[in-house]
Amino acid sequence: MAKTIEEINEKIRKGKAVVLTAEEIIDYAAEKGVKKATQEVDVVTTGTFGPMCSSGAYFNVGHSKPRIKLGGGKTYLNDIPVYTGLAAVDFFLGATAMPEDDPRNKIYPGKFSYGGAHVIEELVAGKDVRLTATAYGTDCYPRKSLETYISLKEMNEAVLFDVRNAYQNYNVAVNLSDRVIYTYMGVLQPKLANANYCNAGQLSPLLNDPYYKTIGIGTRIFLGGGVGYVVGSGTQHNPNVARTEKGVPKMTSGTLSVKGDLKMMSPKWLRGTSYTGYGVTLTVGIGVPIPILDEEILKFTMIKDEEILAQVVDYSDAYPQFIPGSLGEVNYKQLKSGKITVQGKDVPTSGLSSYVKAGEIARILKEWIEAGKFFLTQPVELLPSVDSGIAFKSLKERPIKKRH
Amino acid sequence: MQKKRVVFNYPSHLVDQPVISKLVKDYDLTVNILRARITPKEEGRLVLEMEGKRSALEAGFNYMKEIGVDVQPLAQDVKWYEDRCTHCTACISVCHPKALDVDRKTMEVSFKRDKCIACELCIPVCPYQAMEILF
Repeated sequence: MAKTIEEINEKIRKGKAVVLTAEEIIDYAAEKGVKKATQEVDVVTTGTFGPMCSSGAYFNVGHSKPRIKLGGGKTYLNDIPVYTGLAAVDFFLGATAMPEDDPRNKIYPGKFSYGGAHVIEELVAGKDVRLTATAYGTDCYPRKSLETYISLKEMNEAVLFDVRNAYQNYNVAVNLSDRVIYTYMGVLQPKLANANYCNAGQLSPLLNDPYYKTIGIGTRIFLGGGVGYVVGSGTQHNPNVARTEKGVPKMTSGTLSVKGDLKMMSPKWLRGTSYTGYGVTLTVGIGVPIPILDEEILKFTMIKDEEILAQVVDYSDAYPQFIPGSLGEVNYKQLKSGKITVQGKDVPTSGLSSYVKAGEIARILKEWIEAGKFFLTQPVELLPSVDSGIAFKSLKERPIKKRH
Repeated sequence: MQKKRVVFNYPSHLVDQPVISKLVKDYDLTVNILRARITPKEEGRLVLEMEGKRSALEAGFNYMKEIGVDVQPLAQDVKWYEDRCTHCTACISVCHPKALDVDRKTMEVSFKRDKCIACELCIPVCPYQAMEILF
Protein backbone atom coordinates (compact mmCIF):
# COMPACT_ATOMS: atom_id res chain seq x y z
CA MET A 1 0.00 0.00 0.00
CA ALA A 2 1.26 3.44 -0.89
CA LYS A 3 2.24 5.86 1.87
CA THR A 4 1.65 9.60 2.04
CA ILE A 5 3.90 12.42 3.26
CA GLU A 6 1.38 13.08 6.07
CA GLU A 7 1.63 9.47 7.25
CA ILE A 8 5.44 9.65 7.24
CA ASN A 9 5.39 12.96 9.15
CA GLU A 10 3.06 11.41 11.72
CA LYS A 11 5.60 8.63 12.27
CA ILE A 12 8.41 11.21 12.55
CA ARG A 13 6.36 13.05 15.17
CA LYS A 14 5.96 9.83 17.16
CA GLY A 15 9.65 9.03 16.78
CA LYS A 16 8.77 5.87 14.84
CA ALA A 17 9.95 6.73 11.33
CA VAL A 18 12.45 4.31 9.80
CA VAL A 19 15.17 6.27 8.05
CA LEU A 20 18.13 4.87 6.11
CA THR A 21 20.82 6.62 4.08
CA ALA A 22 21.04 6.07 0.32
CA GLU A 23 24.07 3.88 1.05
CA GLU A 24 22.38 1.78 3.74
CA ILE A 25 19.22 1.15 1.71
CA ILE A 26 21.14 -0.76 -0.98
CA ASP A 27 21.95 -3.83 1.11
CA TYR A 28 18.89 -3.49 3.34
CA ALA A 29 16.39 -3.65 0.47
CA ALA A 30 18.37 -6.35 -1.35
CA GLU A 31 18.13 -8.50 1.77
CA LYS A 32 14.52 -7.78 2.77
CA GLY A 33 13.08 -7.62 -0.70
CA VAL A 34 11.46 -4.61 -2.33
CA LYS A 35 7.95 -5.21 -0.96
CA LYS A 36 8.98 -5.60 2.68
CA ALA A 37 11.55 -2.79 2.53
CA THR A 38 8.93 -0.42 1.07
CA GLN A 39 6.57 -1.21 3.95
CA GLU A 40 9.29 -0.78 6.56
CA VAL A 41 11.34 2.17 5.36
CA ASP A 42 9.84 5.67 5.41
CA VAL A 43 12.66 7.92 4.26
CA VAL A 44 15.98 7.52 2.44
CA THR A 45 18.44 10.39 2.97
CA THR A 46 20.90 11.52 0.32
CA GLY A 47 23.85 13.91 0.37
CA THR A 48 26.36 15.77 -1.75
CA PHE A 49 29.24 18.12 -0.97
CA GLY A 50 30.86 19.59 -4.03
CA PRO A 51 31.79 22.82 -5.81
CA MET A 52 28.66 24.58 -7.12
CA CYS A 53 29.46 27.82 -8.95
CA SER A 54 25.93 29.14 -9.48
CA SER A 55 25.57 29.91 -5.79
CA GLY A 56 25.27 33.20 -3.96
CA ALA A 57 23.49 35.08 -1.24
CA TYR A 58 21.34 38.16 -0.89
CA PHE A 59 21.46 40.50 2.06
CA ASN A 60 19.60 43.40 3.59
CA VAL A 61 22.10 45.27 5.74
CA GLY A 62 19.72 47.79 7.32
CA HIS A 63 19.54 51.56 6.75
CA SER A 64 22.35 53.84 7.86
CA LYS A 65 21.80 57.26 9.38
CA PRO A 66 21.73 59.37 7.24
CA ARG A 67 20.49 56.95 4.60
CA ILE A 68 22.46 55.72 1.60
CA LYS A 69 21.21 54.22 -1.68
CA LEU A 70 23.70 51.53 -2.62
CA GLY A 71 22.03 50.93 -6.00
CA GLY A 72 23.69 52.82 -8.82
CA GLY A 73 26.95 53.04 -6.92
CA LYS A 74 29.56 50.51 -5.96
CA THR A 75 29.42 48.22 -2.93
CA TYR A 76 31.93 45.68 -1.66
CA LEU A 77 32.21 43.05 1.07
CA ASN A 78 35.91 42.53 1.89
CA ASP A 79 36.72 44.15 -1.48
CA ILE A 80 34.49 41.70 -3.38
CA PRO A 81 31.98 43.62 -5.53
CA VAL A 82 28.32 42.79 -4.98
CA TYR A 83 25.32 43.37 -7.27
CA THR A 84 23.32 46.41 -6.18
CA GLY A 85 20.65 46.66 -8.89
CA LEU A 86 17.95 46.28 -6.24
CA ALA A 87 16.40 48.58 -3.61
CA ALA A 88 18.52 50.86 -1.37
CA VAL A 89 20.19 48.39 1.00
CA ASP A 90 19.56 45.00 -0.65
CA PHE A 91 22.35 43.38 -2.62
CA PHE A 92 23.47 40.02 -4.01
CA LEU A 93 26.89 38.46 -3.58
CA GLY A 94 27.86 35.83 -6.14
CA ALA A 95 30.10 32.94 -5.14
CA THR A 96 32.49 33.45 -8.07
CA ALA A 97 32.92 37.24 -7.66
CA MET A 98 36.51 38.35 -7.06
CA PRO A 99 38.31 41.55 -6.08
CA GLU A 100 38.64 44.07 -8.91
CA ASP A 101 42.43 44.08 -8.51
CA ASP A 102 42.80 40.29 -8.53
CA PRO A 103 45.24 39.54 -11.39
CA ARG A 104 42.92 36.75 -12.62
CA ASN A 105 44.88 34.72 -15.16
CA LYS A 106 47.28 37.53 -16.09
CA ILE A 107 49.83 35.61 -14.07
CA TYR A 108 48.93 32.18 -15.39
CA PRO A 109 47.64 30.08 -13.76
CA GLY A 110 45.88 32.47 -11.37
CA LYS A 111 45.44 31.42 -7.75
CA PHE A 112 41.99 32.91 -7.09
CA SER A 113 42.60 32.59 -3.39
CA TYR A 114 39.75 34.86 -2.27
CA GLY A 115 36.31 35.62 -3.66
CA GLY A 116 32.59 35.82 -2.98
CA ALA A 117 32.43 32.22 -1.73
CA HIS A 118 35.11 32.95 0.88
CA VAL A 119 33.12 35.98 2.10
CA ILE A 120 30.06 33.74 2.49
CA GLU A 121 32.13 31.20 4.48
CA GLU A 122 33.53 33.94 6.76
CA LEU A 123 30.10 35.50 7.35
CA VAL A 124 28.63 32.11 8.22
CA ALA A 125 31.56 31.57 10.59
CA GLY A 126 30.37 34.68 12.46
CA LYS A 127 33.28 36.88 11.37
CA ASP A 128 33.15 40.62 10.72
CA VAL A 129 33.54 41.66 7.09
CA ARG A 130 34.22 45.14 5.68
CA LEU A 131 31.21 46.74 4.00
CA THR A 132 32.38 49.63 1.82
CA ALA A 133 30.30 51.63 -0.63
CA THR A 134 30.15 54.75 -2.71
CA ALA A 135 26.84 56.17 -3.92
CA TYR A 136 25.63 59.08 -6.05
CA GLY A 137 23.32 60.56 -3.43
CA THR A 138 19.67 61.61 -3.75
CA ASP A 139 17.37 63.90 -1.80
CA CYS A 140 16.00 60.93 0.16
CA TYR A 141 19.31 59.01 0.35
CA PRO A 142 21.89 61.80 0.73
CA ARG A 143 24.90 59.83 1.89
CA LYS A 144 27.67 59.17 -0.62
CA SER A 145 30.03 56.82 1.13
CA LEU A 146 30.04 54.12 3.76
CA GLU A 147 32.74 52.12 5.52
CA THR A 148 31.87 49.76 8.34
CA TYR A 149 32.37 46.29 9.73
CA ILE A 150 29.30 44.10 9.60
CA SER A 151 28.50 40.55 10.68
CA LEU A 152 25.70 38.20 9.79
CA LYS A 153 23.76 38.67 13.02
CA GLU A 154 23.59 42.45 12.46
CA MET A 155 21.87 42.08 9.10
CA ASN A 156 18.11 41.94 8.65
CA GLU A 157 18.17 39.12 6.13
CA ALA A 158 20.96 36.93 4.84
CA VAL A 159 19.76 34.24 2.45
CA LEU A 160 21.70 31.69 0.44
CA PHE A 161 20.08 31.58 -3.00
CA ASP A 162 21.63 29.22 -5.53
CA VAL A 163 20.32 29.14 -9.08
CA ARG A 164 21.96 25.83 -9.97
CA ASN A 165 23.15 23.17 -7.50
CA ALA A 166 23.31 19.41 -7.10
CA TYR A 167 23.85 18.43 -10.74
CA GLN A 168 22.36 15.04 -11.50
CA ASN A 169 25.49 13.30 -12.77
CA TYR A 170 28.53 14.99 -14.31
CA ASN A 171 31.31 14.61 -16.87
CA VAL A 172 34.60 12.88 -16.17
CA ALA A 173 37.25 15.35 -17.32
CA VAL A 174 40.50 14.40 -19.07
CA ASN A 175 43.14 16.25 -21.08
CA LEU A 176 44.27 14.86 -24.44
CA SER A 177 46.60 17.78 -25.22
CA ASP A 178 50.31 17.91 -24.45
CA ARG A 179 50.19 20.72 -21.87
CA VAL A 180 48.74 21.00 -18.35
CA ILE A 181 45.30 22.64 -18.37
CA TYR A 182 43.55 24.40 -15.48
CA THR A 183 39.78 23.92 -15.52
CA TYR A 184 36.72 24.01 -13.30
CA MET A 185 37.24 20.25 -13.20
CA GLY A 186 40.64 20.79 -11.59
CA VAL A 187 44.18 20.57 -12.89
CA LEU A 188 44.31 18.11 -15.76
CA GLN A 189 47.67 16.60 -16.63
CA PRO A 190 48.60 16.21 -20.32
CA LYS A 191 48.20 13.10 -22.45
CA LEU A 192 45.43 11.50 -20.45
CA ALA A 193 47.49 11.32 -17.26
CA ASN A 194 44.54 11.83 -14.87
CA ALA A 195 40.74 11.94 -14.84
CA ASN A 196 38.59 14.05 -12.50
CA TYR A 197 34.95 13.33 -11.65
CA CYS A 198 32.47 15.31 -9.57
CA ASN A 199 29.47 13.50 -8.17
CA ALA A 200 28.57 11.59 -5.02
CA GLY A 201 27.24 8.65 -7.09
CA GLN A 202 24.92 6.39 -5.10
CA LEU A 203 24.51 9.06 -2.37
CA SER A 204 23.71 11.89 -4.79
CA PRO A 205 20.21 13.43 -4.32
CA LEU A 206 18.92 13.50 -7.90
CA LEU A 207 20.41 10.09 -8.79
CA ASN A 208 18.16 8.56 -6.10
CA ASP A 209 15.03 10.09 -7.59
CA PRO A 210 15.99 10.11 -11.26
CA TYR A 211 12.57 11.16 -12.64
CA TYR A 212 11.91 13.69 -9.82
CA LYS A 213 8.84 11.85 -8.56
CA THR A 214 9.22 13.25 -5.03
CA ILE A 215 11.38 16.40 -5.37
CA GLY A 216 9.91 19.75 -6.35
CA ILE A 217 9.12 23.31 -5.34
CA GLY A 218 9.03 23.49 -1.56
CA THR A 219 10.93 20.29 -0.78
CA ARG A 220 12.60 20.84 2.60
CA ILE A 221 16.31 19.93 2.54
CA PHE A 222 19.61 20.02 4.43
CA LEU A 223 21.38 23.10 3.05
CA GLY A 224 24.79 24.30 4.18
CA GLY A 225 24.35 22.76 7.62
CA GLY A 226 20.93 24.38 8.13
CA VAL A 227 17.49 23.90 6.68
CA GLY A 228 16.67 25.05 3.17
CA TYR A 229 14.12 24.55 0.45
CA VAL A 230 14.09 23.59 -3.19
CA VAL A 231 12.95 26.68 -5.10
CA GLY A 232 12.48 24.78 -8.35
CA SER A 233 14.57 23.22 -11.06
CA GLY A 234 17.96 24.87 -11.42
CA THR A 235 19.26 26.57 -14.54
CA GLN A 236 20.28 24.16 -17.34
CA HIS A 237 17.85 21.56 -15.90
CA ASN A 238 17.76 19.08 -18.75
CA PRO A 239 15.81 15.89 -18.04
CA ASN A 240 15.75 14.74 -21.68
CA VAL A 241 19.09 12.96 -21.99
CA ALA A 242 20.07 9.33 -22.55
CA ARG A 243 19.24 7.21 -19.50
CA THR A 244 20.05 3.68 -18.35
CA GLU A 245 17.38 0.97 -18.05
CA LYS A 246 16.88 2.05 -14.45
CA GLY A 247 16.21 5.62 -15.53
CA VAL A 248 19.49 7.15 -14.40
CA PRO A 249 20.86 9.86 -16.71
CA LYS A 250 24.16 8.90 -18.33
CA MET A 251 25.32 12.54 -18.41
CA THR A 252 24.63 15.96 -16.93
CA SER A 253 20.89 16.29 -16.52
CA GLY A 254 18.63 17.63 -13.75
CA THR A 255 19.60 20.47 -11.37
CA LEU A 256 18.15 22.19 -8.31
CA SER A 257 17.66 25.81 -7.37
CA VAL A 258 17.71 26.14 -3.58
CA LYS A 259 17.45 28.76 -0.84
CA GLY A 260 17.87 28.91 2.90
CA ASP A 261 18.60 31.19 5.85
CA LEU A 262 22.37 31.78 5.98
CA LYS A 263 22.14 32.60 9.68
CA MET A 264 21.32 28.94 10.37
CA MET A 265 24.18 27.55 8.30
CA SER A 266 27.70 26.44 9.14
CA PRO A 267 31.13 27.17 7.61
CA LYS A 268 31.72 23.41 7.66
CA TRP A 269 29.10 22.97 4.94
CA LEU A 270 29.70 26.15 2.89
CA ARG A 271 33.34 26.36 1.88
CA GLY A 272 35.11 29.01 -0.17
CA THR A 273 36.92 27.12 -2.90
CA SER A 274 39.75 28.09 -5.28
CA TYR A 275 40.39 26.39 -8.59
CA THR A 276 43.88 27.28 -9.82
CA GLY A 277 43.71 28.93 -13.23
CA TYR A 278 39.91 28.89 -13.21
CA GLY A 279 38.37 30.90 -10.39
CA VAL A 280 36.48 30.91 -7.12
CA THR A 281 33.49 28.75 -6.30
CA LEU A 282 31.42 27.69 -3.29
CA THR A 283 31.39 24.10 -2.08
CA VAL A 284 27.86 23.48 -0.86
CA GLY A 285 26.49 20.69 1.31
CA ILE A 286 23.02 19.51 0.27
CA GLY A 287 20.95 16.60 1.54
CA VAL A 288 17.54 15.72 0.15
CA PRO A 289 15.17 13.32 1.92
CA ILE A 290 13.37 10.88 -0.37
CA PRO A 291 10.00 9.75 1.03
CA ILE A 292 9.44 6.05 0.27
CA LEU A 293 5.88 6.44 -1.00
CA ASP A 294 5.79 3.25 -3.05
CA GLU A 295 7.87 0.36 -4.41
CA GLU A 296 8.93 2.23 -7.52
CA ILE A 297 10.51 5.03 -5.45
CA LEU A 298 12.24 2.52 -3.18
CA LYS A 299 13.73 0.76 -6.23
CA PHE A 300 15.13 4.08 -7.46
CA THR A 301 16.89 4.65 -4.12
CA MET A 302 18.59 1.23 -4.41
CA ILE A 303 20.83 2.58 -7.18
CA LYS A 304 24.49 1.53 -6.80
CA ASP A 305 27.73 3.17 -7.95
CA GLU A 306 28.30 0.45 -10.57
CA GLU A 307 24.92 1.23 -12.17
CA ILE A 308 25.61 4.94 -12.62
CA LEU A 309 27.44 5.82 -15.82
CA ALA A 310 29.30 9.00 -16.72
CA GLN A 311 30.86 10.30 -19.93
CA VAL A 312 34.59 10.89 -20.29
CA VAL A 313 35.12 14.28 -21.94
CA ASP A 314 38.29 15.95 -23.25
CA TYR A 315 38.61 19.39 -21.63
CA SER A 316 41.52 20.49 -23.85
CA ASP A 317 39.42 20.62 -27.01
CA ALA A 318 35.96 19.00 -27.06
CA TYR A 319 34.62 20.91 -24.03
CA PRO A 320 35.98 24.41 -24.79
CA GLN A 321 35.07 24.15 -28.48
CA PHE A 322 31.61 22.77 -27.62
CA ILE A 323 32.14 19.64 -29.72
CA PRO A 324 29.66 16.95 -28.64
CA GLY A 325 30.78 13.40 -27.99
CA SER A 326 32.41 11.23 -25.41
CA LEU A 327 35.66 9.29 -25.15
CA GLY A 328 33.83 6.51 -23.38
CA GLU A 329 31.54 5.56 -20.52
CA VAL A 330 32.67 4.63 -17.02
CA ASN A 331 30.75 3.91 -13.82
CA TYR A 332 31.22 5.41 -10.35
CA LYS A 333 32.51 2.16 -8.85
CA GLN A 334 35.37 2.31 -11.35
CA LEU A 335 35.89 6.03 -10.70
CA LYS A 336 36.07 5.47 -6.94
CA SER A 337 38.50 2.54 -7.36
CA GLY A 338 41.14 5.10 -8.39
CA LYS A 339 41.62 3.91 -11.94
CA ILE A 340 39.63 3.88 -15.18
CA THR A 341 40.53 2.78 -18.68
CA VAL A 342 40.24 5.36 -21.45
CA GLN A 343 41.28 4.64 -25.04
CA GLY A 344 43.06 1.51 -23.79
CA LYS A 345 45.09 3.44 -21.24
CA ASP A 346 44.91 3.13 -17.45
CA VAL A 347 44.15 6.58 -16.04
CA PRO A 348 44.27 7.47 -12.31
CA THR A 349 41.11 9.20 -11.02
CA SER A 350 40.43 11.94 -8.51
CA GLY A 351 37.15 13.26 -7.16
CA LEU A 352 36.14 16.88 -6.68
CA SER A 353 32.96 16.11 -4.75
CA SER A 354 33.59 14.57 -1.31
CA TYR A 355 32.02 11.15 -0.82
CA VAL A 356 33.02 11.23 2.87
CA LYS A 357 31.15 14.49 3.46
CA ALA A 358 28.18 13.38 1.33
CA GLY A 359 27.80 10.39 3.64
CA GLU A 360 28.08 12.62 6.70
CA ILE A 361 25.28 14.86 5.37
CA ALA A 362 23.01 11.86 4.69
CA ARG A 363 23.64 10.66 8.26
CA ILE A 364 22.99 14.10 9.81
CA LEU A 365 19.71 14.40 7.90
CA LYS A 366 18.79 10.89 9.05
CA GLU A 367 19.46 11.90 12.68
CA TRP A 368 17.38 15.07 12.33
CA ILE A 369 14.42 13.07 11.05
CA GLU A 370 14.81 10.32 13.67
CA ALA A 371 14.96 12.97 16.40
CA GLY A 372 11.72 14.55 15.17
CA LYS A 373 13.48 17.82 14.26
CA PHE A 374 12.95 17.66 10.51
CA PHE A 375 9.66 16.99 8.72
CA LEU A 376 9.06 16.26 5.06
CA THR A 377 7.10 18.57 2.80
CA GLN A 378 4.72 17.89 -0.05
CA PRO A 379 6.13 19.76 -3.06
CA VAL A 380 3.80 22.37 -4.55
CA GLU A 381 4.89 21.16 -7.97
CA LEU A 382 7.39 18.47 -8.98
CA LEU A 383 10.47 19.31 -11.04
CA PRO A 384 9.94 19.11 -14.81
CA SER A 385 10.70 15.56 -15.93
CA VAL A 386 11.19 13.71 -19.23
CA ASP A 387 7.68 14.56 -20.40
CA SER A 388 8.28 18.31 -20.01
CA GLY A 389 9.57 18.82 -23.54
CA ILE A 390 12.55 20.81 -22.22
CA ALA A 391 15.31 21.11 -24.83
CA PHE A 392 18.75 22.35 -23.82
CA LYS A 393 19.65 25.35 -25.98
CA SER A 394 23.07 26.63 -26.94
CA LEU A 395 23.61 30.30 -27.74
CA LYS A 396 22.80 31.15 -31.35
CA GLU A 397 24.83 34.25 -32.09
CA ARG A 398 23.28 36.83 -34.42
CA PRO A 399 25.50 39.65 -35.66
CA ILE A 400 24.45 43.09 -34.40
CA LYS A 401 23.97 45.52 -37.27
CA LYS A 402 26.00 48.70 -37.01
CA ARG A 403 24.00 51.94 -37.22
CA HIS A 404 25.23 54.66 -39.56
CA MET B 1 72.11 1.77 6.67
CA GLN B 2 69.70 4.63 7.28
CA LYS B 3 67.70 6.92 5.06
CA LYS B 4 66.73 10.48 5.95
CA ARG B 5 64.85 13.27 4.18
CA VAL B 6 66.13 16.67 5.15
CA VAL B 7 66.04 20.34 4.23
CA PHE B 8 69.32 22.29 4.10
CA ASN B 9 69.22 26.06 4.40
CA TYR B 10 72.37 27.65 3.02
CA PRO B 11 73.62 31.12 3.91
CA SER B 12 74.48 33.15 0.81
CA HIS B 13 78.26 32.73 1.12
CA LEU B 14 77.94 28.95 0.74
CA VAL B 15 75.68 28.95 -2.29
CA ASP B 16 78.58 28.69 -4.76
CA GLN B 17 80.54 26.12 -2.72
CA PRO B 18 80.69 22.39 -3.60
CA VAL B 19 79.18 21.28 -0.30
CA ILE B 20 77.21 18.21 -1.36
CA SER B 21 80.17 16.58 -3.11
CA LYS B 22 81.95 16.68 0.26
CA LEU B 23 79.12 14.71 1.81
CA VAL B 24 79.45 12.12 -0.93
CA LYS B 25 83.25 11.83 -0.97
CA ASP B 26 84.20 12.35 2.67
CA TYR B 27 81.21 10.79 4.43
CA ASP B 28 80.30 8.07 1.94
CA LEU B 29 76.65 9.13 1.71
CA THR B 30 74.26 8.45 -1.15
CA VAL B 31 72.52 11.70 -1.94
CA ASN B 32 69.34 12.19 -3.95
CA ILE B 33 68.46 15.84 -4.50
CA LEU B 34 64.66 16.24 -4.60
CA ARG B 35 64.51 20.01 -4.88
CA ALA B 36 66.94 22.88 -5.05
CA ARG B 37 66.30 26.57 -5.05
CA ILE B 38 68.14 29.83 -4.53
CA THR B 39 65.93 32.59 -3.16
CA PRO B 40 66.07 36.20 -4.39
CA LYS B 41 68.24 37.04 -1.38
CA GLU B 42 70.64 34.33 -2.58
CA GLU B 43 70.04 31.95 0.25
CA GLY B 44 69.94 28.35 -0.85
CA ARG B 45 67.36 25.71 0.01
CA LEU B 46 67.90 22.08 -0.77
CA VAL B 47 65.56 19.15 -0.16
CA LEU B 48 67.30 15.81 -0.30
CA GLU B 49 67.25 12.21 0.65
CA MET B 50 70.45 10.87 2.19
CA GLU B 51 71.39 7.29 2.74
CA GLY B 52 74.36 5.87 4.63
CA LYS B 53 75.59 4.42 7.89
CA ARG B 54 74.04 5.99 10.96
CA SER B 55 77.41 7.30 12.14
CA ALA B 56 78.23 8.68 8.71
CA LEU B 57 74.89 10.48 8.52
CA GLU B 58 75.45 12.01 11.91
CA ALA B 59 78.95 13.11 10.98
CA GLY B 60 77.66 14.54 7.70
CA PHE B 61 74.97 16.56 9.45
CA ASN B 62 77.53 17.83 11.98
CA TYR B 63 79.79 18.93 9.16
CA MET B 64 76.90 20.84 7.55
CA LYS B 65 76.03 22.53 10.82
CA GLU B 66 79.69 23.47 11.40
CA ILE B 67 79.98 25.27 8.09
CA GLY B 68 76.76 27.17 8.82
CA VAL B 69 74.05 25.20 7.04
CA ASP B 70 70.77 24.86 8.91
CA VAL B 71 69.56 21.23 8.87
CA GLN B 72 65.91 20.30 9.40
CA PRO B 73 63.90 17.16 8.83
CA LEU B 74 61.66 17.52 5.75
CA ALA B 75 58.47 16.71 7.66
CA GLN B 76 58.49 20.08 9.45
CA ASP B 77 58.04 22.01 6.24
CA VAL B 78 55.07 20.16 4.79
CA LYS B 79 51.68 20.76 6.35
CA TRP B 80 48.36 19.03 5.78
CA TYR B 81 45.59 21.01 7.44
CA GLU B 82 43.15 18.24 8.20
CA ASP B 83 40.36 20.64 9.15
CA ARG B 84 40.56 22.30 5.72
CA CYS B 85 40.61 18.96 3.87
CA THR B 86 37.18 17.87 2.59
CA HIS B 87 38.41 14.43 1.46
CA CYS B 88 37.42 15.24 -2.11
CA THR B 89 40.48 13.26 -3.35
CA ALA B 90 41.52 15.91 -5.93
CA CYS B 91 45.16 15.49 -4.80
CA ILE B 92 45.29 11.71 -5.01
CA SER B 93 46.08 11.20 -8.68
CA VAL B 94 48.96 13.73 -8.72
CA CYS B 95 50.71 12.41 -5.59
CA HIS B 96 53.00 9.75 -7.06
CA PRO B 97 54.81 8.74 -3.84
CA LYS B 98 51.31 8.22 -2.31
CA ALA B 99 52.00 10.51 0.64
CA LEU B 100 48.44 11.70 0.10
CA ASP B 101 46.47 8.51 -0.04
CA VAL B 102 42.85 7.45 0.15
CA ASP B 103 41.26 4.52 1.94
CA ARG B 104 39.10 3.16 -0.88
CA LYS B 105 36.57 1.69 1.55
CA THR B 106 35.78 4.91 3.40
CA MET B 107 37.12 7.31 0.72
CA GLU B 108 38.97 9.14 3.51
CA VAL B 109 42.18 10.97 2.62
CA SER B 110 45.26 10.77 4.83
CA PHE B 111 48.73 12.30 4.66
CA LYS B 112 51.78 10.16 5.30
CA ARG B 113 54.51 12.66 6.02
CA ASP B 114 57.45 10.31 5.59
CA LYS B 115 56.50 9.54 2.00
CA CYS B 116 56.30 13.20 0.90
CA ILE B 117 59.06 14.39 -1.43
CA ALA B 118 57.88 18.03 -1.36
CA CYS B 119 57.30 18.12 -5.12
CA GLU B 120 54.49 20.67 -4.53
CA LEU B 121 52.18 19.16 -7.18
CA CYS B 122 49.36 18.99 -4.62
CA ILE B 123 49.48 22.73 -3.89
CA PRO B 124 47.71 24.08 -7.01
CA VAL B 125 45.46 21.02 -7.14
CA CYS B 126 43.88 21.41 -3.68
CA PRO B 127 40.84 23.74 -3.97
CA TYR B 128 40.66 24.20 -0.18
CA GLN B 129 44.24 25.32 0.47
CA ALA B 130 44.70 22.33 2.78
CA MET B 131 48.32 21.70 1.75
CA GLU B 132 51.11 24.08 2.61
CA ILE B 133 54.81 23.76 1.94
CA LEU B 134 57.03 26.38 3.47
CA PHE B 135 59.84 27.16 1.05
